Amino acid sequence: MDEFNDYKDYLKSHSSFPGIKRRDFFRLMGGGIYIFFRAGSAMEIMAAEADQNRLPNDLNAFLQIHEDGTVTCFTGKIEMGQGVVTGLAQMLADELDVAFEKVQMVMGDTDLCPWDMGTFGSLSTRAFGPYLRAAAAEARMVLLILASEVLGVPLEDLDVKEGVVFNKNDKKKKVTYAQLTEGKKIERFLSEKPEVKDYSEFRIMGQPKFRVDSVEKVTGKAKYSGDIRLPGMVYARILRPPSHASKLVSVDTSEAEKVEGIQIVKDDDLVAALHEDPEMADKARRLFKAEFAGDEKPVSNENVFAYLSENAPEGNTNINEGDLETGKKSSEDIFENEFYDGYVAHLPMEPHTAMAFLEDGKMTVWAGTQTPFSAKSNIARVLGFEEENVRVKPPYLGGGFGGKSAHQQAVEAARLAKITGKPVMVDWNRQEEFFFDEFRPAAIVKIDSGVDDKGKIVFWDYHVYYAGDRGAETMYNVPHQKRTVYGRGWRAPGIHPFPTGAWRGPGNSTNTFAREVQIDIMAAKAGIDPVEFRLKNLTDQRAIDVLTEVAKMADWKPAKSPSKRGYGVAIGSDAGTYVAHIAKVDVDTKTGEVKVLKVWCAQEMGFCVNPQGATIQMEGCINMGLGYALKEVVEFEGGQVKTSNFDTYEIPRFSWIPEIETKILDRNAPPQGGGEPAIVCMGAVINNAIYDLTGARLFEMAMTPQRILEALKNV
Amino acid sequence: MAETIEFRLNGKNIAVELDASKTLLWVLRTHFNLTGTKYGCGEGYCGACTVLIDGSAVRSCITSLGEVAGKSVVTIEGLADGDKLHPVQQAFVDNDALQCGYCTPGMIMNAVGLINDNPNPTHEDIIWGMENNLCRCGAHNRIIEAIETAAAGMRNKK
Repeated sequence: MDEFNDYKDYLKSHSSFPGIKRRDFFRLMGGGIYIFFRAGSAMEIMAAEADQNRLPNDLNAFLQIHEDGTVTCFTGKIEMGQGVVTGLAQMLADELDVAFEKVQMVMGDTDLCPWDMGTFGSLSTRAFGPYLRAAAAEARMVLLILASEVLGVPLEDLDVKEGVVFNKNDKKKKVTYAQLTEGKKIERFLSEKPEVKDYSEFRIMGQPKFRVDSVEKVTGKAKYSGDIRLPGMVYARILRPPSHASKLVSVDTSEAEKVEGIQIVKDDDLVAALHEDPEMADKARRLFKAEFAGDEKPVSNENVFAYLSENAPEGNTNINEGDLETGKKSSEDIFENEFYDGYVAHLPMEPHTAMAFLEDGKMTVWAGTQTPFSAKSNIARVLGFEEENVRVKPPYLGGGFGGKSAHQQAVEAARLAKITGKPVMVDWNRQEEFFFDEFRPAAIVKIDSGVDDKGKIVFWDYHVYYAGDRGAETMYNVPHQKRTVYGRGWRAPGIHPFPTGAWRGPGNSTNTFAREVQIDIMAAKAGIDPVEFRLKNLTDQRAIDVLTEVAKMADWKPAKSPSKRGYGVAIGSDAGTYVAHIAKVDVDTKTGEVKVLKVWCAQEMGFCVNPQGATIQMEGCINMGLGYALKEVVEFEGGQVKTSNFDTYEIPRFSWIPEIETKILDRNAPPQGGGEPAIVCMGAVINNAIYDLTGARLFEMAMTPQRILEALKNV
Repeated sequence: MAETIEFRLNGKNIAVELDASKTLLWVLRTHFNLTGTKYGCGEGYCGACTVLIDGSAVRSCITSLGEVAGKSVVTIEGLADGDKLHPVQQAFVDNDALQCGYCTPGMIMNAVGLINDNPNPTHEDIIWGMENNLCRCGAHNRIIEAIETAAAGMRNKK
């Protein structure tokens, strides 16, 4: 939902900008009452609708056929490692009937590509994909009609293979797409749009394709924002506050000014040292003498959950079915638990970086951003430029995970480039990356639930604070249930001591952790095997399918938990996709260290466009998920972010990595998201496995060795 | 203070007039435009900046230019033989062992250094040899497979 709110904010701040219609905003907002959009799926539909409103009708906006037969695909999406560079090329090649190898991708360039909301929410394939396919299908039909005229062959006698249109009855009669278009725009359009292909007709979609960018990336030729080189460029080092609560009172740059070749910029709150040598710019920044003032919020790692509870916003009940009291009365056992999740950082290996250059009144910004079009708008607004005078060109992104939806560095670079007239590189160091990261919010989930004497869940009273409700669906069939959501999405401005934002599978990892641990607690008390207990309470066939499959993959032997074997199970749903995980763990009861030995994962994502890419995303989700589950803790005191590098903030390393076995279930239904779903179960599946092995139950993530030792004391 | 520093860089003899205390990473990236070597943390924790110095993997973000005087430095750009990829690079491609690709040059250089030191690495040797190279995308399993494949291939060639 937050992505939609971002879009809404974007529209609000740009209501006077031509092309964005305020009435669209209100229509989308259902009269402005946004609290009624409740589930992740609603956000997704909204996002897709927003895309639809802004995407051009002209197929030329999506593709161009060149004289040499290559085809360029234009998309406002960006490539950050997730592999849409490959998957979108497959979609275009298949619908257009050209060889996959002939497709070149142009991504995210705001001057060349169709408008896009941003690359997040696992929306590229499922929300943008249909428009790309429709454009390709229309182009194919137009080309067939042109070929029919050129060849003098009736349309029904024509077929096309790899960009060559031919007479089915006389294959010598043929013409290529390149000959038909001569590299020019396609000027003809169809009033009645042709159908896209049926699943049975796919030749390229559904085939496992390796990354198309790997040779560039293994040779060091792939360009990221920091690799852009322009004559006369300078590196900027910007004065940073010690805390998010700090406001600049005064700054003395006199010592910094003595550094040879330095240029100092002071523009309101933006104070920067610029030098052609980044180390000299660093040196000058260290010589800034600044005074800051500000009142800290009384919150730190010590009291974060108490503080968040005390400051909880009003709740909105978005599901209320049956009657909780009736459910309680029919319960054999009632379970009341609270679950806690701490702040987690995104930490793409490439910090936020941007290069900006003003030339002939036009600002061009190469920025590592998931949101090039909103970056363009924000830069234009801050600089006082017309939007057409700003171009954002994202090169490859060195990871994003939601963290590069924020694009402060691009605005900083543009401001400095405007002031100095030079090409300016703003490349944050790791400390700045930690400080300005919009962390995954600390969050609380409270669940009261009950099971009857037959092992059926009879009531479910769910309260989620600060995480939003993506992934908060009960999933299980419960007659009496209520869900209350406190706070808007994963942002709670004014409450957290620093900005929070969307972190891969936002909200869902927190919600799935709470739900699937609560389910496990109930199964254990009922004395029922945790897979069997879940199946007993599920009616959603897609959930049943992935759970049944993963149990088969892991050769699951039913047992009441804790079985002392160290197996855990969890299921989840995100971005229209269903996942089920089983993990096997080992725990060193002396040190509290957990080793995840193996993870099995079954995923059902509708039709899978690129099984290779999707598998790699599942593996990446599983490995990345080990971090938030076991180790990642942001240390802070008020708005001071104490964690500043990888020495104290541990992300997954080679020695942590489990054996991974994945399976994607076939289903001929519209493609769903793949970049995030397999991460959402990682907290719960590890928690449940730790319990199965040791009998220790944890209620807080990250499940650090210290917290595990504490929990072991209670066994 | 600028001085003449001579070393080999990607197989060529180089002499530069620069301050010996400058950081190798930034000299490579700005002076030589060898941008394949990446900044990740600036303190030697993540390995994105790894290069080979006399065949051993070294973190260029905590190495001064003066330290490479008289030595041979190889960056990711100097690894392939023309269009022919180094076996480790090829194995990364063949195993689809990357996602965003930002840690990849450092991973590859570290792996080459590892194989140089130990041409017969076990699975465990590879894990612990790569332990301090960080990847946020989670490509670890395939990176290990790629290094195993490359090491085996390089042994068979000898």
